[in-house]
Amino acid sequence: MKQSITLGKVTKFMGLGFLGTIKDLFTGKLEKEDLISFLRKVVVPFASILLFIGLWHMGSQSLYNIEAEFKIEKALEDQGPAAAEALRACIASGESGCQPNTLPSPSQVWASYQSLLRDHNIISADKAAFIEKTAVLNEKRIAEGKDPITYTGRPSFVDQIFRSLKTVFAGFLLALLIAVPLGIFIGLSPTLKSAFNWFIQIFKPVSPVVWYLLVFMIVKTLLIDSNEDSSFTISFISVGLCSMWATLVNTAMGVSSVDKDYINVAKVLKLGPFQKIFKVVLPSSLPLIFTGLKITLSVAWMVLIAIELLAQSPGLGLFVWEEFQNGANDSNAKIIVAMFVIGIIGFLLDRLMLTIQNWVSFDKTDAI
Amino acid sequence: MAYLELNNIYKTYGQGEHETEVLSNINLSIEEGEFVAIVGFTGSGKTTLVNLINGLIEPTKGEVLFKGQPVQGTSHERGVIFQNYSLLPWLTVGQNVYMAVKEAFPKKSKKELNEIVANYVEMVSLTPAINKRPNELSGGMRQRVAVARALAMKPEMIIMDEPLGALDALTRGNLQDEILNIWGKDKRTALLITNDVDEGIYMADRIIPLRPGPNATLGPEFKIDIERPRDKTELNDNANFKETRNAIIEYLMDIGNERKSEAQEAFVLPELEPKSFVGRFK
Repeated sequence: MKQSITLGKVTKFMGLGFLGTIKDLFTGKLEKEDLISFLRKVVVPFASILLFIGLWHMGSQSLYNIEAEFKIEKALEDQGPAAAEALRACIASGESGCQPNTLPSPSQVWASYQSLLRDHNIISADKAAFIEKTAVLNEKRIAEGKDPITYTGRPSFVDQIFRSLKTVFAGFLLALLIAVPLGIFIGLSPTLKSAFNWFIQIFKPVSPVVWYLLVFMIVKTLLIDSNEDSSFTISFISVGLCSMWATLVNTAMGVSSVDKDYINVAKVLKLGPFQKIFKVVLPSSLPLIFTGLKITLSVAWMVLIAIELLAQSPGLGLFVWEEFQNGANDSNAKIIVAMFVIGIIGFLLDRLMLTIQNWVSFDKTDAI
Repeated sequence: MAYLELNNIYKTYGQGEHETEVLSNINLSIEEGEFVAIVGFTGSGKTTLVNLINGLIEPTKGEVLFKGQPVQGTSHERGVIFQNYSLLPWLTVGQNVYMAVKEAFPKKSKKELNEIVANYVEMVSLTPAINKRPNELSGGMRQRVAVARALAMKPEMIIMDEPLGALDALTRGNLQDEILNIWGKDKRTALLITNDVDEGIYMADRIIPLRPGPNATLGPEFKIDIERPRDKTELNDNANFKETRNAIIEYLMDIGNERKSEAQEAFVLPELEPKSFVGRFK
């Protein structure tokens, strides 16, 4: 019996089943019985999104008014009624110089998002032009054995996103390479377990900031001769060390709690130690390992922002920090845009892991 | 010299005060080519006995001799069919059998190994399901995979630990016939652990009841002198069958009654005043 792969199955597999319901709605395949499930899966989320935006709008309006009144009051006290009237008129006219600085409204955030996209288009056009301009010169330089000239302009918002993703994946890979093998050894040997237990218990709750400082101390000395910018190295190592604990603990637990029946099978078949690990122990602990990896990836993405901010490594964290320091009129709105982008990417990363987990796991029950 | 010999086996679990003797003074000898069934209540230590014979655990006292040699660890010469199938759920039917065959015949080429796998899967008539995973199969099919896996290693002795316990009556009957067929073909030695007296009589040459544990020990043996191949429907009218069956069931009932009378000992609860918590949480 061959199973065909349909769009519906793929989306369901990725935990995005609601897309299928929307598709059914437009293709008219929806049955009456599905109406309730349609209401629940499509209408309710949309309604709650609208409600959220509405509340946000009202909240930002009232914050705006509080801030504006405070500013006018202050002007009245310090500079007299004429200045207060001028400020009131200035705020009402919407001029950017005198706007109260508070929580931006949804429309402001949307405008900032579009301005960030425009900015990205300008910068990428600029970059393309630069590459075109220097192409001939660079060829010559490479022929002469010199380094090519690279674009050193300001990175756009989209570039920052990709930098952040690069850092998080490097950190995740580091966590994977350390935590999974170590977890397997700890899970297999009670001696190693008691040797490492204090280490795990003590270092697991350490905050990302402290990890960053620790990595900074070590990497700074190790790369003392190099002129390269070490911020990327430092930030991805810190991310990896911060986030690896969930995988380490889960792997060790999965490996040490393999069903006794499977171990008996391995004994009766007289599997060698390698065969036993790769054919029995690992497949059986795979679901737990993946649960750990999923937590690791989401922790990595969460601490990344803080670590980039500290390490001054380009990325979303640095973007947020620079906008906060910048204090321009639309800075707050840009921070909120970054917040949504961070949230959405975190969600997508989680789905990605879930998809991979469903793919490799023998246990096809829905993982959450 | 017997093929498999158990001499004065004792097995205890726990230590000190918590020590319980599961098996005591077990003596058993099985000849080559014989089919022996051990019948016992659940919880009487049957699985412990099986694990002693296949080498997963060691006796506290006494020795297990296989072909005159003490059993040390598991061996490919003794194939085991577990009570709960114990198939690896991440491997397909074919891969489950292949893994066993590969370990048993490490020198054979991949093609030869695949042929063996195909043969044994065919033998338990699961060829259409060879690429399915265990959780897509019914209980009976899974147990057939376990049978194929154990037999494909060409063990000299087959040890079956309540292999059909979890199956419905119809599937059970079919599988009994299949196992007998395979056993009959090359007359391997077989040891069947079961809680079903009829199954034991239908399949075995000898039935030995296991008196329930703790301190489980083997009872007197019952020889089954019914000619093979045995017919299930005719068996019911066979005088010999009825006699043996009644004798075994009577024996087991007696043990059960003995146990009951032991259990009827009254346990007197100590006279205790309930503790008062009043004023504790002030």
